Amino acid sequence: MRKLALDDEILLNIEKPARYIGGEVNSVMKDKDKVDIRFAMCFPDVYEIGMSHLGIQILYDMFNRREDTWCERVYSPWMDLDKILREKNIPLFALESQDPVRNFDFLGITIQFEMCYTNILQILDLSQIPLHASDRTEEDPFVIGGGPCTYNPEPLAEFFDIFYIGEGETVYDELLDAYREWKKTGGSRKDFLRQAAQIEGLYVPQFYNVTYHEDGTIESFLPNDPSAPERIRKQVVMEVTDAPYPMKPVVPFIKATQDRVVLEIQRGCIRGCRFCQAGMIYRPTRERRVETLKEYARAMLKNTGHEEISLSSLSSSDYSSLYELVTFLIDEFKDKGINISLPSLRIDAFSLDVMSKVQDIRKSSLTFAPEAGSQRMRDVINKGLTEEEILTGAGEAFEGGWTKVKLYFMLGLPTETEEDMQEIARLSDRVARRYYEIPKDQRHGKCQITASSSFFVPKPFTPFQWASMYTAEEYDRRAHIVNEEFREQLNRKSLKYNWHDAQVTVLEGVMARGDRRVGAVIEEAYRLGCLFDSWTESFRNDLWMEAFRNTDVDISFYNQRERGKDEIFPWDFIDIGVSRSFLYREWERALNETVTPNCREKCSGCGAAGFGGGVCYESKN
Amino acid sequence: MKARIKFRKYGALRFIGHLDVMRFFQKVMRRADIPIAFTGGFSPHMIMSFASPLGIGLSSDGEYFDIELTEQIDSREAVRRMNQACVEGIEVLSFKQIQEEKKMTGMTILAAADYLVTPKTDALPDNWREQFAEFMEQPEIHVIKQTKRSEKEVDIRPLIYKWEIRDGSIYMQNAAGSSENLKPDLVMEAFCRFLGIEEDSCMFHYHRLEMYADTGKGGKRRLVTLEALGKDWETADEKKDSD
Repeated sequence: MRKLALDDEILLNIEKPARYIGGEVNSVMKDKDKVDIRFAMCFPDVYEIGMSHLGIQILYDMFNRREDTWCERVYSPWMDLDKILREKNIPLFALESQDPVRNFDFLGITIQFEMCYTNILQILDLSQIPLHASDRTEEDPFVIGGGPCTYNPEPLAEFFDIFYIGEGETVYDELLDAYREWKKTGGSRKDFLRQAAQIEGLYVPQFYNVTYHEDGTIESFLPNDPSAPERIRKQVVMEVTDAPYPMKPVVPFIKATQDRVVLEIQRGCIRGCRFCQAGMIYRPTRERRVETLKEYARAMLKNTGHEEISLSSLSSSDYSSLYELVTFLIDEFKDKGINISLPSLRIDAFSLDVMSKVQDIRKSSLTFAPEAGSQRMRDVINKGLTEEEILTGAGEAFEGGWTKVKLYFMLGLPTETEEDMQEIARLSDRVARRYYEIPKDQRHGKCQITASSSFFVPKPFTPFQWASMYTAEEYDRRAHIVNEEFREQLNRKSLKYNWHDAQVTVLEGVMARGDRRVGAVIEEAYRLGCLFDSWTESFRNDLWMEAFRNTDVDISFYNQRERGKDEIFPWDFIDIGVSRSFLYREWERALNETVTPNCREKCSGCGAAGFGGGVCYESKN
Repeated sequence: MKARIKFRKYGALRFIGHLDVMRFFQKVMRRADIPIAFTGGFSPHMIMSFASPLGIGLSSDGEYFDIELTEQIDSREAVRRMNQACVEGIEVLSFKQIQEEKKMTGMTILAAADYLVTPKTDALPDNWREQFAEFMEQPEIHVIKQTKRSEKEVDIRPLIYKWEIRDGSIYMQNAAGSSENLKPDLVMEAFCRFLGIEEDSCMFHYHRLEMYADTGKGGKRRLVTLEALGKDWETADEKKDSD
């Protein structure tokens, strides 16, 4: 029987002890004496969030297919256990073997959002691994980061040995093979990092020096070691259908956020919304073959026992065999008590028909993401959704029996005027009006329109990477303008408006486009006690502000400043395959309120065709 | 068609709470292809009811739940398939056919449960075995029982049907079920108070051994295990042979 790292007394006195015991269905156990490489894979948030992440499941499966490697999982201990581990000096452990992470060969951390940065330091600290890569010795694991935030890894540069830029399926095998050889020869830590740096897509931050101009912008960003290339090329799997996919994902005992089978139907998005980082960094759009997905659905439902299956992609409606796939899922599984969940669908006749089959209309709500209230603003962000489409879709939904609609917006977008802000309320009201056009005897009471806005954060590798942000006060002012306008609306009693926290937005902005100097702020914030910053109950803006003061880092330099056309950005050394000139062209088109067609309508020459596949070559087959 | 499943819970799985054990078995049913029946309606769910929830931290050799089946399945085959779909820490022990009547579900007929309580620290005095006997010889043992809304004083002595010292542990058979239910930790709390020691200073491991229904008549208790009320299903072939 497995021995747990925590004793009964601890487990009985913390919230949800199941987070820390491992042993779930489909978790992988191996004999540690029979493997060469031990890999701890971490999602730096609480178990229920981390277990819902598809990327880790893919890598977990892929690594464990290797006979020489045992990959295990690690998540952030919640505050209650965090305190106990520190008090009792218990090192953080991996779930499967319950062995301390510091004894592993690798600690891989997926970095999915900016507000998890202090949690990364918690993982290192509790594992008793030095926070700075430069302080680590041959005794410590190699700390490797991956995920979307590594498209600007610079704020975290000090804390990682290696960053893997791009999709994990391509060069991890090469890295692990190199590691096994290096371990045999007994070389130095630096020797291995030099080998890693020569693998395409891997970035070893300590092999680069940054110099700054007097105004604080970057003067130069250059390798200081012959093994390190000047540019790091993002990794992409071109044959997504053939890429490894976990047929037996781990099934948690406790309810995870994503408690279902997840079918990733495609990568990338053809739409080209100018605020969206995922839409740029995952180019080109690549679809999985529908026949393969059907097999996957069958096998994964059988192997997990889940009662729900969900499709995953950035824009499911753009998947070319969607009709065939959804029809199959309904025919095959609906009678077996399996729920089918279809997120990110455009609302039209087809999706309404499908949704009426898979969900209880009276209980469920429909979601639209117009992102902006006015057509002008939607043209600026290149959101190809017209008001007519929204109102038609909503109208059809109302006539089909739905009464609840959710609308998602962004505030603080580039060029935004007061008029644009107010249009959020007015558009919501027009959706409600459409409902009340239905004769009274044919509708079901009142409708409920819930509008939510988040504040826009410019992300690296988007046309808006040049855009400036606002202060927290200014964001709040804008939200209040919208809120006031909601009160003026005819159907205000059917409308509800929520907005995001502005303080978090400001921090997200600094982390998203920060440089190496921001690392000191993260470390100081962590020392002051910041942790689980994405959880409202634990977010401490006052401590973050103190951290900025103590480290003498100026928020306005990162957020409010206008960036020049040719400024060297901290992330410029990464080559995502989409050219900087395309992004700048898109930025200019945004300012001119000019819409750019999507990848299927017309190629805009972003550069992703250089990968030699996907949507770029669809019509050429 | 109704089936009663008996299982044991041990090791790390002691830290999985009751609701999660239910979720776990729902997924086991699907992985093992057990022909379980669903309720109607837009969001159908499996027809499954547990005899008595087991608290976090407890292990057990005698947990039960009843399910409704759409078709008969060989008992041995069902046990085999379910265990293949289980993990270390949960083991299915039997799968029996039970009577159809609603009032025969494990939850309704549950009357008593056996527990084994083992002290985990040496906070107890050396002569705790003798002391426990003395404690049990009291005509009444009053404790404050917390309910959701209020707390009341009850005499728990009549709810302890049997007890004995087994090596380093205490065996007790307590009333269980919806009308009267006595958890062993309440007994041990009272015992600690009897000894005059801090309740927190002494930890016990609680293990449920078995659960019973009362088949006695006229106020006379006659306990039989929930498992004994069911019988094995055999495959059609075997039946033909015996016919």
